[in-house]
This record gives sequence, C-alpha cells and structure tokens, in this order.
Amino acid sequence: MRTRFLQGLDELKQKLLRMGGMAEQAVSRAMDAYRTGDTAVCTRVTEGEYAINSLEREIDELALDLLAMQQPMAVDLRFIIAVVKINADLERVGDQAVNISERVVDLSRLPAVELPVDIPRMADLASEMVRNALTSFIQGDAAMARRVLNRDNELDTMNRDISHTLMNWMSENPSMVQQAMDGIIISRNLERIGDHATNIAEDVIFWVRGADVRHGHVPQG
Amino acid sequence: MGVGIDVRGLRAWFGKFEALHDISMHIRPNCATAIIGPSGCGKSTFIRCLNRMHETVPDAGVSGQVLVGQRDIYGNGSSAVEVRRRIGMVFQKPNPFPTMSIYDNVAAGLKLNGVRNRRLVDEAVERSLRSSALWDEVKDVLKKKSGASLSGGQQQRLCIARALAVEPEVLLMDEPASALDPISTSKIEELIFSLKEHYTVVIVTHNMQQAARVADYTGFFLLGSLIEYDETKKIFTTPGDKRTEDYITGRFG
Repeated sequence: MRTRFLQGLDELKQKLLRMGGMAEQAVSRAMDAYRTGDTAVCTRVTEGEYAINSLEREIDELALDLLAMQQPMAVDLRFIIAVVKINADLERVGDQAVNISERVVDLSRLPAVELPVDIPRMADLASEMVRNALTSFIQGDAAMARRVLNRDNELDTMNRDISHTLMNWMSENPSMVQQAMDGIIISRNLERIGDHATNIAEDVIFWVRGADVRHGHVPQG
Repeated sequence: MGVGIDVRGLRAWFGKFEALHDISMHIRPNCATAIIGPSGCGKSTFIRCLNRMHETVPDAGVSGQVLVGQRDIYGNGSSAVEVRRRIGMVFQKPNPFPTMSIYDNVAAGLKLNGVRNRRLVDEAVERSLRSSALWDEVKDVLKKKSGASLSGGQQQRLCIARALAVEPEVLLMDEPASALDPISTSKIEELIFSLKEHYTVVIVTHNMQQAARVADYTGFFLLGSLIEYDETKKIFTTPGDKRTEDYITGRFG
C-alpha cells in the first residue's frame, strides 16, 4: 500500500472539509447579519475570507504535490481533480458571503424597511444545498449528490420570484429603490451559492462514478 | 502495415502449471496495446505466446488460437521461424550481438533470411535505423563501432532496428524501457508512438504511467487471466473492474 499517498489523500479531504465548514459558516454569518442588522458580524465574514483564501491555496498546493509526486490513477485521480474544483467553488461561496455582508452594511446605512420577500427562506435552501453537497462528498454518496442537483431549479425560481416582486415593489416605493436593489443582489448571491453547491455535487458524482453530468450531460454506458 | 491479432481461448502451461487461462482478446492493427499486471500474472508469457517463443521453454505447452491477420500461428503448416519473422520482439535488457558492428547487428536478420543483395541490405539497415530514431547518432560509425559500444538506450533502439529490418507486421516489446534512464525511456516511448503508424505494437510494462502515455488500449492481467481490456483512457480513469482499480491505484494485496 502507498501509505504516504493515502495519508496525503486523507489530509486533502480533511482540509477540504475544513474549507467547507468555513464557507458554510461565512454564509450563515452573513445571513445572521441580514436578519439582525448586526454589522459587526459582517466584519467577521470579511476577516474570515482571508482564512478561506489562504486555505484554498494550501489545498491547491497539496493537490498539485500529490499529482506531481504520486501520479495518481483512476478513482484517486478523479478524487484529486474533484477536490481542486470543489475547493474553487467553496472559495466562491465564501466570496458570495462577503458580497451579502457588504449589502447588509449598505442596508444598515439606509432607512430600515421590511422587504416583501422571504430571503432567509432562500438562504436556508442555498445553505442546505451546500451542506448536502459536502455531506455527499464526505460519504462518497453519488445518489445524495444527485438530489442536490434536483434542488437547483427551486432556488432559481425563488430568485426569479424575489427579483420580480422587488422590481414591482420598487416602482411603487421609489424612495426604497436602494434597499430593494440590495435585496435583489442578495437573492442573486444566494442563487450563485446554489450554483456552486450544484458544481460540488457534480464533482462528487464525477469522483464516485467517473461520470461527467455537468450541463445536463447524460454519460454513455 | 500492421495487422490485427485475434487471440481465442489461449492457454499456456509450464509443465502442469497453467500460466494463462482461456485468454481471448482482439489486438487492433496499427495501435499500441499495453499489457499490465503484477509480477507473475502471465503478461510476459502472453506476449511470448504471440510469436511462439513460449514453446522454446522445456515442458511448455500452449492451446487455443492466435490469428495474426487471417493465419493461426499455431495452425498446421505454420513455422515458428516464419512467425518470428512476421512478429518481431524486443526484450527488457538490450541484447545486441556484442562482437558485431552496428551495421551487422541490423543486417543479421536479413542475412539469416537469405537476403544477400548488398544494396537491399544497405537500404534496409538505413531504413530500420531511421525508424528506430538511431540513424543520426550512428550513421558515421556503422561499421566501425560494435553494438555493445553504444549506450543502453542506443542499444535498445539498435535492437528495435534489428527487429524492424525484417519488416515484421507486429512488434512485441517486453519491458523495453525498464533498464533505461528517463531520457532514453522518453525516446523509446516516442518511437513506439511513431512505429504504430506502420506496425502493430504490443508492449508489456510494469510502468503504468508508461502504459498510459504510449498505449491506445490496455489489458490488465491477474493470476493468468485477462481481467479487463479497454481503451487506455478508460482503464486509467474509470476502470470497470474493482481489481483493475485496486492494482492501478496501488491498493493491491
């Protein structure tokens, strides 16, 4: 057995899970800030981004070392490729959390208003997708990953509905345009988080089954 | 041009020990096919059955069919000498004839086959040395230097030229680069890539990266059985059999 190589794979997995935890926490904090209007939490999200970026580089470096030094094949090669891609998606999830917290800071500077949309519900779904995509990665469960893909349309619909509602609301409340715009942007950020969860789930399927299911592709055989 | 090889129900023995069990596979013409597997899995025995080298071992036996093109090399009236002319072989350790010049090494097979015309021999020597990517390095010392005076990598390319001189249809290579440094290995691998334009190449290798680099198709042998045979890309990214995956990911045993 290639002990050092297997240790390297395990280390890669552990680091990616830490990265996943940090990205999930960033989204959770950004949404707490949205609910409570506590901008101090936004600062923590921004500060957390440095750690996420640093870990992203660490994971890429370890993956590159394993590829160069161990020349992995088959399931191991697919695993490392999947980790590199998931790593990039998690970093982008962290970026979206920062974008949301920036909108929250913006909202805090404007007159308070209750937007007629349920953004926290959308955030719950986006977070659940990220969590389930990561769980499917931990468990190597392609069926679970497949279920994540099925939720993406739901999130897209929520985003469209929220945008539509807020556009109408804006025309009726011209003095609240900025708040409505912030709501639309947060909704779009959450929709993007869902897209990243979808990418992660697709990478899990690639790793476990060797099948490329991106862009609705149906593999042969 | 290379020809396809149809192996049907091939079994091979050393005395009472059955080393190959009922192997059937189609080796495609003008492709490089790699045979991989752990030591003792029967991969060398397998390629030695493809040019009737196996039967040179005392107590060795073979059954089944090996059709090279349309002809069964184990069929009635097939001669081992003729088979080995059509199916050349290169071994792990370069084995040039040490006392012969470079020229004579390449010409040896032709002369054994009765070719005496000087011009034809000269042409065949140059063509073979060019095909084995050795010509530029040895053209000025063809008759002055012995085969043994060349470096290991050059000696192996000389052996390939010697095999090519008799214009075989198939080239069998048993670990052709395992005794060579990375630069010589890379030259042999590039050579395999260009040789398949004219020949069918079957290569046994322990080096899986090498199989992945040079072969169009790969067969995985284990305990004398062919476990999986598919496009190389498929074998090394998404093998269908757990045993293949365990072997190529180093989780074997």
